[in-house]
Amino acid sequence: MFHGSTSIVVIAVVVIARFGLGRGLKAVRVPRRERATDDTTAAPSGGHGSVGLVLHQARYDLWTLARNAQARTATVMLPLLLLVLFLGMWGSDRVAGAPASTFYVPGLVALSVIASSFTNLVISVVTQRESGVLKRRRATPVPAWVLIGGRALTAIAVSLTMATALVAIGWIGFGVALPAEAVPAVVLSAVAGSLCFCVLAYAVATLIGSAEAAQPTVQAVMLPLYLASGIFIPNASLPSWLRQLASVFPVERLSDAMHQPYSPAAHGLPIAWTDLGVMAVWAAAGLAVALRRFSWLPGPGRTA
Amino acid sequence: MSGGVVHVRGLRKRYGDREVVRGVDLDVRPGEIVALLGPNGAGKTTIVEILTGFRSRTAGDVRVLGVDPQTAGTAWRERVGVVLQESQPDPGLTVHECLSLYAGYYRAPRTPGEIAELVGLADCLQMGTEQLSGGQRRRLDIGLALIGGPELLFLDEPTTGFDPKARRDAWETIDGLRRLGTTIVLTTHVMDEAERLADRIAVVVDGAVVSEGTLETIGGRDRRAHEISFTLPTGRRVSMRSTKPLADVRTLADWAIARGIDLPDLEVRRPALEDVYLALAGSPDTTDTKQA
Repeated sequence: MFHGSTSIVVIAVVVIARFGLGRGLKAVRVPRRERATDDTTAAPSGGHGSVGLVLHQARYDLWTLARNAQARTATVMLPLLLLVLFLGMWGSDRVAGAPASTFYVPGLVALSVIASSFTNLVISVVTQRESGVLKRRRATPVPAWVLIGGRALTAIAVSLTMATALVAIGWIGFGVALPAEAVPAVVLSAVAGSLCFCVLAYAVATLIGSAEAAQPTVQAVMLPLYLASGIFIPNASLPSWLRQLASVFPVERLSDAMHQPYSPAAHGLPIAWTDLGVMAVWAAAGLAVALRRFSWLPGPGRTA
Repeated sequence: MSGGVVHVRGLRKRYGDREVVRGVDLDVRPGEIVALLGPNGAGKTTIVEILTGFRSRTAGDVRVLGVDPQTAGTAWRERVGVVLQESQPDPGLTVHECLSLYAGYYRAPRTPGEIAELVGLADCLQMGTEQLSGGQRRRLDIGLALIGGPELLFLDEPTTGFDPKARRDAWETIDGLRRLGTTIVLTTHVMDEAERLADRIAVVVDGAVVSEGTLETIGGRDRRAHEISFTLPTGRRVSMRSTKPLADVRTLADWAIARGIDLPDLEVRRPALEDVYLALAGSPDTTDTKQA
């Protein structure tokens, strides 16, 4: 009963967030940065060092993300909404002898890392590639790794900010404490997960041919994985074949790596090395695919 | 090593067994505006993509600013600006932010304000790129390609899909670059555009340059017959071709004056670029039809 109603709420929220809220939120645009038209404040930042150039790129990528209603909804609103909803409605239920709230917080931290580092990144890379934005940037002297590094840094920064916010809201608002000795494990998992999913995003972007296909494709793949990976439903309640299947994928691994530090049974430094190892293998595979297939040019040009 | 900005000899590009560029030679000198004029699918964009280092070539010698674009690095990109045929503006940014973002890619960029002035977007600096009209977007594209202060600018179909007003605006912007001394290579399938902007035109048909020259000389325009036409008092319209129009007009005038006839609508017309172009571009099509 508990799990059934959870799934219904999840699906309802996803649908609302995707179709309803996203549109409504366009009215609440983040104001474009006010800037004097004189060029003293915006003196062209030529002569950047490498690190400076990555930060330069990341800053603009962050504005692009913040001003996109769909991206804001998926990376910021949805995880917050789910957290408040789940904790508010079922936080005091018991899951495997512990309060359900200690199950939901780490699961939603994993979800928010994936939303920023993977889902949103795939959509943004495919859209910018197909609309010629990436090609135009590549026609300038900016090195490829700066464009990738800047965008990935944006994704990682948003992931970690959201992870921090969710942990804090869970703790302060709903009393889901994170033992001090478990903090390094959560931070490490969030950083590792974020890096792994960024690499996978660049790999998956090579498999999607049009901007229109990006969002539905990614969501069709991710929703079943979320449901099977102990994010919405504790995976102890899933059939064992499904649990085993899910454990192949990095979603379940990140989810597990987040759950372990929160587990009442955890002690010492609860770092889930196996999970991190599996994510590293996925990242390596993703890197191989991205290096072989990634293109800066829109669709038809890719046959070059 | 030639002194030209662009130096191309025997350029070929093959996809499978389809050859889309078939032995192109091209030279562009400093400060020139050269148009690659040709119908859609003639291979113009492929040529530009090879010259800008986005595509490899099957054969031929290519030097752009003295460097092979296929292996050119960052320093070369500092000197070359590229306006792509189809590209959307960077999403979520204002015009000013867009220009500042790209300025950051160069070692010694111009300022966003200066570029906005140059491409006529000074009043739109705070506008989001999504709010710009088609013509304004194109001018922003040109501005982004100019922010590094390039010596050479490639413009691929700069006004395709534009309404006449936007087209005229874009032309004025490009005309303005002439004063900066920027060397420009542009592609177009619109003859007016080549006529209006280019110092020199290379007509590209079916992957090859079929004719090359200035507006005056292209396709033997300077040697082709003029058309002399007039209406006789009987109402009959006469039109004749002449390779020495001045002498022929004189003979005609003597003849008319001797008979006391006036020829009020006498007209001497040079072959229009359009006729020359259609003759050049049309020929392979006719062959195709015959073969089919």
